[in-house]
Amino acid sequence: MSPTDQPTDQNLLTVRGLQKSFGANRVLTSIDLTVARGQVLALIGPSGSGKTTVLRCLNGLEVADGGRIEITGADAAATAIDFDAATAAGKPVPRKALGALRDQSAMVFQHYNLFPHKTVLENVMEGPVIVQRRPRAEVEAEALQLLTRVGLIDKKDSYPFELSGGQQQRVGIVRALALRPALLLFDEPTSALDPELVGDVLRLIKELAAEGWTMVIVTHELEFAREVASEVAFVDGGTIVEHGDPRQMLRNPQHERTRQFLHRLLFPF
Amino acid sequence: MLDSLWPLLHGAITGTIPLALSSFAIGLVLALGLALMRLSRRRWLSSIARVYISVVRGTPLLVQLFVIFYGLPSLGIVIDPWPSAIVAFSINVGGYAAEVIRAAILSVPKGQWEAAYMIGMSHRRALTRIILPQAARVSVPPLSNTFISLVKDTSLASLILVTELFREAQQVAAFSQQFMALYLEAALLYWVICLVLSSGQGVLEKRLDRYVAH
Repeated sequence: MSPTDQPTDQNLLTVRGLQKSFGANRVLTSIDLTVARGQVLALIGPSGSGKTTVLRCLNGLEVADGGRIEITGADAAATAIDFDAATAAGKPVPRKALGALRDQSAMVFQHYNLFPHKTVLENVMEGPVIVQRRPRAEVEAEALQLLTRVGLIDKKDSYPFELSGGQQQRVGIVRALALRPALLLFDEPTSALDPELVGDVLRLIKELAAEGWTMVIVTHELEFAREVASEVAFVDGGTIVEHGDPRQMLRNPQHERTRQFLHRLLFPF
Repeated sequence: MLDSLWPLLHGAITGTIPLALSSFAIGLVLALGLALMRLSRRRWLSSIARVYISVVRGTPLLVQLFVIFYGLPSLGIVIDPWPSAIVAFSINVGGYAAEVIRAAILSVPKGQWEAAYMIGMSHRRALTRIILPQAARVSVPPLSNTFISLVKDTSLASLILVTELFREAQQVAAFSQQFMALYLEAALLYWVICLVLSSGQGVLEKRLDRYVAH
């Protein structure tokens, strides 16, 4: 897989010419990327480069101004939005279309964003039961299984404030998994964590990658990206400057901007 | 002195308390609607709410009460004392509580909306299941203030002939000429009602605080 190559049937996610501005501030100039089923794409880049905005556009938390997003779910039915068409017509993107796109993916937030007034189990079950209207018993069994898996079954009746950051983020991941999305989105999942808690979360994401989940991860953890990602893309100035095999690209970047960025990360002072 | 306690208590139980409770309940519903209008992206909706709140907060409650009870009949709209009082107090609470609820909704972090949308919720569902429960916790102390003010403000209803605590006190005082004793007694009763409300506020806060770090 490769962000700019021609899309194939294998591609779960295809993004073409994605554009987004906030007022006069052009955050995404033109983003092209593809992610094949079961692959992991890591987005790296300086802060303000637009990498988080890409992720938010994929989940419909931001509505792009131009370009196209297509996600082909497990049932091989493609959900696509052509933002150029909506912009040309001068109409907002229909809420239904955004909802359909959003249903294909689930996001793990930098600051977890768990619901503080709900227990761990309620946090996980809220989406599947209330929104997806799946049978409560079935959802609960699945939720308990997922919580057991991440070692938090004894916290199922706790409220988020009673958990450490690492535990909260693992609940955040379980909440995303419980939605049974085609695509998992991670927005700097360990940036808000104390250093000693980062490992647990990264290990879990790595396990999920090994199980064949398709993911897009915005991260600053280069070592992690090298290990987990099938492909790394360096985002700067609202566009993908360079992408490729993580081992190769992180060791031997082709672009000066990539080189500078990596150098700054490796030698902060 | 003790003889006068019964009419005052009667006034509190059949006048002040039901008047305050019903006006507060109606006012809260009104306030929630106004708060949502104020937050709406549709400008005309938020403008209507803004003007409403400005008028209600910018004019004396007593004047509002008189306009409804003594003013409207000249337009052919005659409303009895009790409903007049409930209408006036509800409108008033609505104006004040709307700003409290709006602030409480805004105090919920944006990430909560995003997480709700992320799991597939509509705006309405995110509001009712995720945002409002969290806003409720924040708004209990200021809304309690509004409620306590309302309890005391219901004494104004005596001026539009509603038989409540203060009107009973006035009548007994006029009859017995014991002004000091009766007005102090009335004050004491208002205070007791407000003490009960304050302790209720404490219980409610504790209950809503169970999911917050201490």
